[in-house]
Amino acid sequence: MARSALLGSSLAKKYWMALTGLFLCTFLIAHLAGNLQLLDMSPEGQLKFNAYAKFMTTFPLVKLVSYVLYASILFHAFDGFLLAVQNRKARPVKYAHEKAGANSTWYGRQMALLGTLVLVFLIIHMKTFWYEMHWGELGLDVDGNKDLYTLVATVFTQWWYVALYVMSMLVLAYHLLHGFQSAFQSLGLNHPRYTPVIKNVGVFFAVIVPVFFALIPVWMFINA
Amino acid sequence: MRNMKLTLKIWRQSGPNAKGEMKTYPVNDVSEDMSFLEMLDVLNDDLVRKGEEPIAFDHDCREGICGSCSLFINGEAHGPGRMITTCQLHMRKFKDGDTIHVEPWRSGAFPVIKDLAVDRSAFDRIQAAGGFVSVNTSGNLVDGNAVPIPKDDADTAFDAATCIGCGACVATCVNSSAMLFVAAKVSQFALLPQGKPEAKRRVLAMVEQMDKEGFGNCSNTGACEVECPKGISLEHIARMNREYLTASATKD
Repeated sequence: MARSALLGSSLAKKYWMALTGLFLCTFLIAHLAGNLQLLDMSPEGQLKFNAYAKFMTTFPLVKLVSYVLYASILFHAFDGFLLAVQNRKARPVKYAHEKAGANSTWYGRQMALLGTLVLVFLIIHMKTFWYEMHWGELGLDVDGNKDLYTLVATVFTQWWYVALYVMSMLVLAYHLLHGFQSAFQSLGLNHPRYTPVIKNVGVFFAVIVPVFFALIPVWMFINA
Repeated sequence: MRNMKLTLKIWRQSGPNAKGEMKTYPVNDVSEDMSFLEMLDVLNDDLVRKGEEPIAFDHDCREGICGSCSLFINGEAHGPGRMITTCQLHMRKFKDGDTIHVEPWRSGAFPVIKDLAVDRSAFDRIQAAGGFVSVNTSGNLVDGNAVPIPKDDADTAFDAATCIGCGACVATCVNSSAMLFVAAKVSQFALLPQGKPEAKRRVLAMVEQMDKEGFGNCSNTGACEVECPKGISLEHIARMNREYLTASATKD
């Protein structure tokens, strides 16, 4: 077989989808853990968060992982795009009458759409915070660190921005609800004893993580 | 028992390259004891009497084991009901006055031949690519007990082997993926000692052929498992994912 091992077969594409997807899940945990500091809206909390943001953008090991993260996001999106294009081509004539709800969940069938919405959210999210942190004109706090906290607090005084974040976390929740357990199946990790556990952990993860992420902008809006 | 009056909306297409359309046919006097195919026989009988072209559809054994009958009925492969083929679908599943939509399997890899009949030879080519064991089985029988096989493995292999290759998995999949079919054919050999020597070559060749035929990718929606008339499990897809991963990583 002369085709590339990376993206050659339909199964190889799914392995990469699963591996990058699960890596992005571990990133969500780390990102959430850091951002929960934002719930402390005192002046000390502000300084702590800014110091944390500085550490996350300057510590070499974190920087290295962040490059792997950017690559994973891009690859997950690109691979997903290739899969979606092939899937559309595989059924050139659509059914006139379909009752897909009888045998599968809507979010399982709409992973490409949900993923695209998550990507759009990511672009907006990274422009707002990540881009400003790296290349924007941020003021300094009393410790001399870039004052990312004030930017976040200011952004989340706008109700429509908070609403966008909450909606996006709902989309992410559905993406994870199917994606988490699906990744294990794609990698061939299916076992009568462990699969029910994986599915339950997946549901827990898909609910808890987005709910806590959504809590941050809502909390900051209410307490502004 | 009172007989039913139904309205059928059926895909008509005169040939592979002809433009098709949904056409409406009223059918009266449908007994609830008829199978869906018998109901179509009655409709075709009526069409022939009127000098019209009968509706082409695939059928053979009419007892749920050959995999010939297809039909996407009211939005589901083999219609409403679980673990059945269309010949096992009875008209008692419908009510007097119902409108029933009947379409062929829709997949680029299953082109329409005529009306509701599609060409499923893509499955044959996948099977021919590796779904076999290269042993001479004539005249050199080995005692069954000479090769010990754990009962669970034998049962799971048999479960996979119950696949009748009807194509409901492809028809029902949002991506027209053939993973359940190919996984069943890979699993029925992968679990048994007789299939082991060719396991790597088999899974690589069958997946390669599956991709060549233009089937979509697996999204793990699980729709195939629900609509499969033989209840083939998604565990077989996971097994094929494992088989393919190890085969790709360790092939020469």
